[in-house]
Amino acid sequence: MTDTALISVHNLHKRFGRKPVLRGIDLDVAQGEVVALLGANGAGKTTLMRMICGLAKPDRGEITLGGVSLRRAGRELRRYIGLVTHAPLLYDSLSAQENLHFFAALYDLDQPEDRIESVLRAVELWARRRDPVRTYSRGMIQRLAIARAVLHSPPVLLLDEPDTGLDQSSSQMLHDLIRRLGASNRAILLSTHNLDRAVEWADSVCLLGNGKIVRREPTGQLNGDRLRQIYAEADGTP
Amino acid sequence: MTLTAPSHNPPLSGPQTDLQPVSMRTEGGLRAYLRKVVAIAAKDLRAEARAKENLSAMIAFSVLAVVVFGLAFDLRVPRADMVAPGVLWVVVLFAGVLGLNRVFGAEVDRGSLSALLLAPIDRSAIYFGKVIAQMAFMLTMEAFVVPIVLVIFDVNLFSPWILAGLFLGTLGYVSVGTLFAALTASTRARETMLPILLLPVMVPIFVAGVGLTANILDGREVAEFGRWFLILAVYDLVFITIAFLIFDLIWEDA
Repeated sequence: MTDTALISVHNLHKRFGRKPVLRGIDLDVAQGEVVALLGANGAGKTTLMRMICGLAKPDRGEITLGGVSLRRAGRELRRYIGLVTHAPLLYDSLSAQENLHFFAALYDLDQPEDRIESVLRAVELWARRRDPVRTYSRGMIQRLAIARAVLHSPPVLLLDEPDTGLDQSSSQMLHDLIRRLGASNRAILLSTHNLDRAVEWADSVCLLGNGKIVRREPTGQLNGDRLRQIYAEADGTP
Repeated sequence: MTLTAPSHNPPLSGPQTDLQPVSMRTEGGLRAYLRKVVAIAAKDLRAEARAKENLSAMIAFSVLAVVVFGLAFDLRVPRADMVAPGVLWVVVLFAGVLGLNRVFGAEVDRGSLSALLLAPIDRSAIYFGKVIAQMAFMLTMEAFVVPIVLVIFDVNLFSPWILAGLFLGTLGYVSVGTLFAALTASTRARETMLPILLLPVMVPIFVAGVGLTANILDGREVAEFGRWFLILAVYDLVFITIAFLIFDLIWEDA
């Protein structure tokens, strides 16, 4: 674990039945860093994310957030995590404002009105705040999911394929948010299948294959084509 | 290094809008716990008021079931008050399963369960919030069933003792049903699994509920039907305590 690692995963193992999914994952994400997790479907990206946020238990290994063991700290550590997945984790019969008020209550936010207004304005949904979520487009729902995830200002942000189904403008907005959030000293771990976006959005990329991190590359010297080449090499495809 | 508490995080700033800093409540204990229980119950009630998925199905099913029982028993049963207690409790149990299947099933289907489980709350607060909301649905459904029984069977169930027994029985049913709904929520065949697992455990509630209602309709004294109340109360206490103790374990690897 590096000195500044906010997310630190060490020797993480997980199997479902007889099938090993993760076989000794080691991963650090520093404060202010955005790391993209890449890998084929079933490579274990979602499983890794779910274990980091405490929704699944590892068979073996250690996860620490800010040096605090997730296994030991339990419930209180969940306060420091924000999660966005391709499923929105929202209530579609409630409005955006009602959804955020509900989560504000769960996270003990005191007088959350100003905070809710600012996150809804940041994702450009303030004008639609009273509309039921079921009337939203896919892009709007995903923006609201991001607003929900950052509502309590978590230092650790896990984005599991947040760009799935987003149009160009929603995708650009997500990118802007990730840049702004990363700049606020958060550690952001995101998974995506879009290699160009991974290069654009992240400070480094991790390739997940065969249950392990097989390669980690800073994105400074990368472009989409070079990453595709590295991805193919790591994946074993010609 | 240590995690910075969200309340001390700097406000996020960006080119478009500054986000307001987060301020957290510092008080803990029972008040904070109850606030979350109420938030979860209120969310479920509000969502149901908008979507009208659960309650309307429960009411429609229960009313139809009473009518069907009425038609069936009208042919052979000499006195309606002999079967009315059984009809009442059978309808309550079966209509209740419709609602209980959605307690966590709806959260799983829309994917919101992960957001609930990720919140920094004692998971028993989720349980009690769900129990309160489900009790509201069940009692509303029963508010339709009791008058329908009066109309179809000409049996007046508007006795304070019967209504108190119905409340206690419903509480026991919802307490156990919510626990079992959580156990079966992520299984593929939860609609069939839940009643198969739940109904055998409901036998004490059913027997005590029918016994209590029949005794009161027969005009017995409190001393005679009091034991049925005791059974219902003890059942409620035991299963609510068990649920409180084990609910966290159910979601260990959700």
